[in-house]
Order: sequence, then structure tokens, then C-alpha cells
Amino acid sequence: MLSLDIELLRGEYRRQVRIEEQARVVALVGPSGAGKTSVLNAIAGLLRPVAGRIEIDGRVLFDAAARIDLPVHRRRIGYVFQDARLFPHLDVRANLRYGRHGDAARFSFDDIVGLLGIEGLLGRRPRHLSGGEAQRVAIGRALLSQPAILLFDEPLSALDRARREELIPYLQRVRDEVRLPMLYVSHREDEVRRIADAVHVVE
Amino acid sequence: MIGFTPEELTAIALSLKVALVAAVASLPAGVACGWLLARREFPGKALFDALLLMPLVMPPVVTGYVLLILLGNQGVIGAWLREHLGVQFAFRWTGAALACAVMGFPLMVRAIRLSIEATDRRLEAAAATLGAPPWRVFWTITLPLAWPGLVAGMVLAFAKALGEFGATITFVSNIPGETQTLSSAIYGLLQVPGGEAGIWRLTAVAFAISLVALLVSEWLVRRQRLRNER
Repeated sequence: MLSLDIELLRGEYRRQVRIEEQARVVALVGPSGAGKTSVLNAIAGLLRPVAGRIEIDGRVLFDAAARIDLPVHRRRIGYVFQDARLFPHLDVRANLRYGRHGDAARFSFDDIVGLLGIEGLLGRRPRHLSGGEAQRVAIGRALLSQPAILLFDEPLSALDRARREELIPYLQRVRDEVRLPMLYVSHREDEVRRIADAVHVVE
Repeated sequence: MIGFTPEELTAIALSLKVALVAAVASLPAGVACGWLLARREFPGKALFDALLLMPLVMPPVVTGYVLLILLGNQGVIGAWLREHLGVQFAFRWTGAALACAVMGFPLMVRAIRLSIEATDRRLEAAAATLGAPPWRVFWTITLPLAWPGLVAGMVLAFAKALGEFGATITFVSNIPGETQTLSSAIYGLLQVPGGEAGIWRLTAVAFAISLVALLVSEWLVRRQRLRNER
């Protein structure tokens, strides 16, 4: 499903990252500073590798040799950032409706809102959401853009323990019900065990 | 009205028109330049930045003279515009607006640039991952978040235009009813005996307009902030 072999420039030196995974839900683990987020950014197109190739489900997003480098907005990525990154000037409903990747609507607005339990938040501004609520909205926003893959960058790390426990069941529901490939970056072993099918270690 | 002569009323109306047109018409270019400086790296950026600032540091008379050379009726661009498009800036109120726009441009670009630099690029990146092409990111994320800077830039340009004197009088002279703004009307009254009453009236008007402009901009910015905080 995910085939990635890239060379990233990190400061002075280059580093090679190779991932070949057939599993649908893959966790990327490794010590902080290992470049896990850089891998997600390279897949999303926010960071350009110096060389290599990125392919998801047979779709080539980047291939240095073939001079393929899809722009970010055409990659059909659903990226859930560590810091949610909701748009502060839009309410929750407008945030959820912001994304669009082509016309094929696989997920409906009401289904996703129900799946994540955010019906009661639709009229609110992001600054009036708790960390866990904001992260649920961010997941909904990513899903409603109709992505081909979901990227999670430590979505729980900004939350306290109780909020983390609250959010994990939602992540499991997303995993089980939307059936999309998922790449999940974390440095917490318990989280990874409860969410991923396979674990890939980035040294 | 309270003792205003028709000439004074004409100068006040013209000043408002010139300042408003200068501030509004230069906004698109101001946003474009502000965005370029805030978000793009390109060769010659430092020079571009310096050239944009020139009207702020050059003597206004020099700026006016440069405009006259370029856009005057005998000017390189001016002659062409007049002949082929029938557009004339020299000695017209549009020329006054142009001179004011040029003089206020550095202030406008600076305000817009700072507010675009202050908008969170991570939000723009998030919008791009959601499928928004660069133009949509700009219109729906960057511009709304930089809105207070746009308002501030327009107000600065408006205020600068209201007070502009040197470049305007050099480029379009001081023709009552066509290019005689508040400032040049006050200057004109200073040259003749017995003009004190008129000077006082126009000075009071200039004071009032500037105050209202500042209050309106504060109100616009605060309204936007409240809307964001709702």
C-alpha cells in the first residue's frame, strides 16, 4: 500500500528513509528527532526530498528520477496535525466543509460528524474548543476532504492523560469504519499498540 | 455652512476624493507587493524592497518631479498614455491621486507585509493539504487573517494622502477645483494677506478628518477581532 524510499536533507547531512508496508494502518515510531514528522511532511508535499520516490496504492506522489512532484493540494492527503491547526476565523462547520479533493464524496458530512460526536460543536469557533474537541474536528475536517490516505502526527501528544483516553476510541472508530490507509506517528507504545496493525521503526 | 467659502468646500471635497481614491486604488498593488515581500524569495528582493521605500525617504518634491518626467504630458509614459489611451495625469485630480498613492505606498505595503508575515504559515499548509490550490489558500486563509493589516495600510495611505503636499504640487500644481487639495489650499491662503480665517477653518477640517479616519480604522479592526473571538 505504502511504498516510500526517500532521501531527506536534515541540516548538514542526508538521511535515507525506506518504508514498504502492506498493512493498512501503520505506526511510525522512533525517538524524537528521528524525522518521523519529516516523513509525513514529505508524503504530504510540505517537504521536498532530495531524491527518491513516494507511492501510495499505486499512485505516485513523488519521483525525483521521473520528475514527478504533485503539488500539496493534489495529493489527496488527510493530514491531522499535532496542533489541530483549525482555521480560527471559521466556525467548526466551515472548518469541516473547507476541504475538497475532487468530486467523489465517499464520506458524508452527517456520517463523519456522527462518527466523531461533534454535532454539538458545529456553531463554535475553534478557540472555544477543548484540545480533544479540536482534534476530533481536525480529524473530521481531514476525512471530509475525501483523502486517499490519513496521516496522523502525534495527534494525542498535546493532550493530558484523561483527554488521550477519551480520544483513542474515536481514533479506533475512524480506523475501523473509514477503511483508509493510515500512517500514525507516535512515540508512545501503548497508543501504537491500540491503533496500528504494523509498526515501522525510524531510527 | 459655517463660513466656508465655495473654494474651501471644493478643496475639502477634492481632498477626500483624492485620498479615498489613492488609498483604495493602491490596495491591490499593496497587497501584491506585501505578499511578495512576506512570502516569496527572489533575486533582487532587497533592491525591490528599497525601491518601494524610496518615496518615503526621498524629498517629496523629487518624487513629484520624477512623476512629472515620467507621466507629465511630455513625459516618456505620459505622452504615450495621452496619445494612445487619452489618459492624462498631469494637472488633473487623477494625477493628484496618483502622487498621493505613490507617497503612501511604502506605508501601506509595510503594514500589509507585517500582517501577512504574522499570519500562521502552518494554517496555510493545512489548507493546502485539504485540497486548496494556492489562490484559494490566499483568499480564504491568508487574506482574512491579515485583514487588520489591510485596514491599517489603507488608513495610513489615506492619512498620508490627506497630508501630501510636495509631490502633489510639483506634479499637478495647485489649480482650484482640479488639483487644489486641503493642504495646497492652506498653503495658498498662507501666501495672501487676510487668509487666517480660512486657514483656521481648513486646519480644523483636516484635524477632524484625520481623527475620524483613525476612529473608523480602530472600529473596523476591533469588529474583526470580536468576530474572530466569537
